[in-house]
Amino acid sequence: MTEQKTMMQTVQTIVADLKDKPGALLPILHAMQNSLGYVPPETVPTIAKELNLSRAEVHGVISFYHYFRDHAPGKKTVRICRAESCLAMGGKDLESHAKKTLGIDYHETTADGKFSLEAVYCLGNCACSPAIQIDNDVYGRVSNTDFDEILKEQSA
Amino acid sequence: MSVTVYIPCDSSAVSLGANRVANAVAQEAKNRGIEINVVRNGSRGMYWLEPMVEVATEKGRIAYGAVKTGDVASLFDADFLNGGAHALNLGLTEEIPYLKKQQRLTFARVGITDPVSVEDYVAHDGYRGLKNALSYSQADVVKHVSDSGLRGRGGAAFPTGIKWNTVLNTPSEQKYIICNADEGDSGTFSDRMIMEGDPLVLIEGMTIAGIAVGATQGYIYLRIEYPHALEILNKAIENATAAGYLGDNINGSGKTFHLEVRQGAGAYVCGEETALMESLEGKRGLVRFKPPLPAISGLFGKPTVVNNVISLASVPVILDKGGEFYRDFGMGRSRGTLPLQLAGNLKHTGLVELAFGATLREVLYDFGGGSATGKPIRAVQVGGPLGSYLPESQFDTPLDYEAFAEIWAVLGHGGIVAFDETVDLAQMAKYSMEFCVEESCGKCTPCRIGSTRGYEVMDEIVNKRDLDKNIPLLRSLCDTMLNGSLCAMGGMTPYPVLSALNHFPEDFGVKV
Repeated sequence: MTEQKTMMQTVQTIVADLKDKPGALLPILHAMQNSLGYVPPETVPTIAKELNLSRAEVHGVISFYHYFRDHAPGKKTVRICRAESCLAMGGKDLESHAKKTLGIDYHETTADGKFSLEAVYCLGNCACSPAIQIDNDVYGRVSNTDFDEILKEQSA
Repeated sequence: MSVTVYIPCDSSAVSLGANRVANAVAQEAKNRGIEINVVRNGSRGMYWLEPMVEVATEKGRIAYGAVKTGDVASLFDADFLNGGAHALNLGLTEEIPYLKKQQRLTFARVGITDPVSVEDYVAHDGYRGLKNALSYSQADVVKHVSDSGLRGRGGAAFPTGIKWNTVLNTPSEQKYIICNADEGDSGTFSDRMIMEGDPLVLIEGMTIAGIAVGATQGYIYLRIEYPHALEILNKAIENATAAGYLGDNINGSGKTFHLEVRQGAGAYVCGEETALMESLEGKRGLVRFKPPLPAISGLFGKPTVVNNVISLASVPVILDKGGEFYRDFGMGRSRGTLPLQLAGNLKHTGLVELAFGATLREVLYDFGGGSATGKPIRAVQVGGPLGSYLPESQFDTPLDYEAFAEIWAVLGHGGIVAFDETVDLAQMAKYSMEFCVEESCGKCTPCRIGSTRGYEVMDEIVNKRDLDKNIPLLRSLCDTMLNGSLCAMGGMTPYPVLSALNHFPEDFGVKV
């Protein structure tokens, strides 16, 4: 119950802070995801009410954007670039290696809750392909061995 | 006097260990009791040499690269602080041919200055364009941009001056400047390099745009994949505001311009200007019908300039040196310079800013140094995921909007992704359709359904099933997408697909 209460308090503070910005919905969703890790479905009615939108509209926005999620992710999110430049430099192998090593597919989280895996279409690190990102850290020219080491480092 | 050492804060350099190198250099200096001044600059754009460490000497800056943390002690031993000899010594940075052969106008300061220092920016010719703009009439500012021949660097190559002129001449109490920083094209990173390496040039460009058309509010719509750029942009905006270059009374001129960074949320289609505005308004990023043009009814229904990062970052030099100066670079109707981004399977990947007119081959070999794997370059995709694949026989095409249009290709945002002979172009075509499925906004049928059907047909084709039926089906589907889609997402996905099929039919199982 306390967890629920903190969550709703967080939402209320964020919405109160940002709702008067023009086009406030994305900044609000970002602020929520930054502090909670995701946008809990139970917070949608509050956001909708405060912004004078329908719940469907808010839900529609959350589901439209790849980045927003409606469930708690792992502690860290691993993003593998699937775009052309990385494909030209062995990105496909790295992708299979990552899935195999973590034992999960895209949009899944490891059993220990440490890592979620997501696809990303370009990190702007195309001069150093293949590239991955773990939370805000970007890595370039990642070999399978590098991947294992990065994972170890990020698990610590 | 302490020596100044430059170590990039550019996220690609960081992805190769620049932060660790910076820490190691600081620590080693401390251990040896040497006082140094570390500046985290932007990248010079020679990514095979990153992390590249530069030292300011009397002769000029001397570069060392690629530096690993393990090299740091030996660099100090070799007296690198005075430009000492070392296996990683690259000589004077400005003399490195890759850099020396370029014509850097938009990127003039990237890698040279401290990105967030207004003082440094001004000391390197910054804010001279704004100063001129403040002394001109609004129409004259727009005229300089029109005279320069600048065309939208985001990809569509629409003349920037015409856009600005329309907004200037549309009366409204509120107008907006939007910087499209949703750089989603694979193989492109020039926007990111500007935002991380010289954000003030973008801020100056947007301020000039605001003054020119009478807009007091600007937004930078930044993709979520660029967290480093967000941090640096916000710091630069804060510093520019504190120095009086943004806000209610810019440099005592009485003019107002406010700037805010807004983050996208991982939707490629939001790089399309109308979807971007929907997103800024807090909605799903659905493409709008045009007309009305954004210049007449854009963000929140107000006249809006939407320009790419590079377009806006090219404005200060145009206003500083005049439209004619910029126009003197380039060829035909492609005026000025284009920052090209060399990516994928190339030995020397990085940023190459050149006047329009060099050939693709020159860029791939003279700058790029051929493939990274040493195998022949078989195909090159120019202009992002919606750009055509070019075979070797087209490598002599000059980099010019019209010359590329003639061979059914695009320059787009200047991304160049090279593939060696191991590439399977049918797989790449299938990927293009898959990307369109993933990123279609869903508003128009040709794109929404066409991409899904295209993916299914490509799946049949890569498995060599019913080619006699499926190849014509793919062509017909592409025809519908090309002519029936609302925007470039569905309308240009056929470029990579059909160019792959036409130039590399053998990969599709088609007998030549």
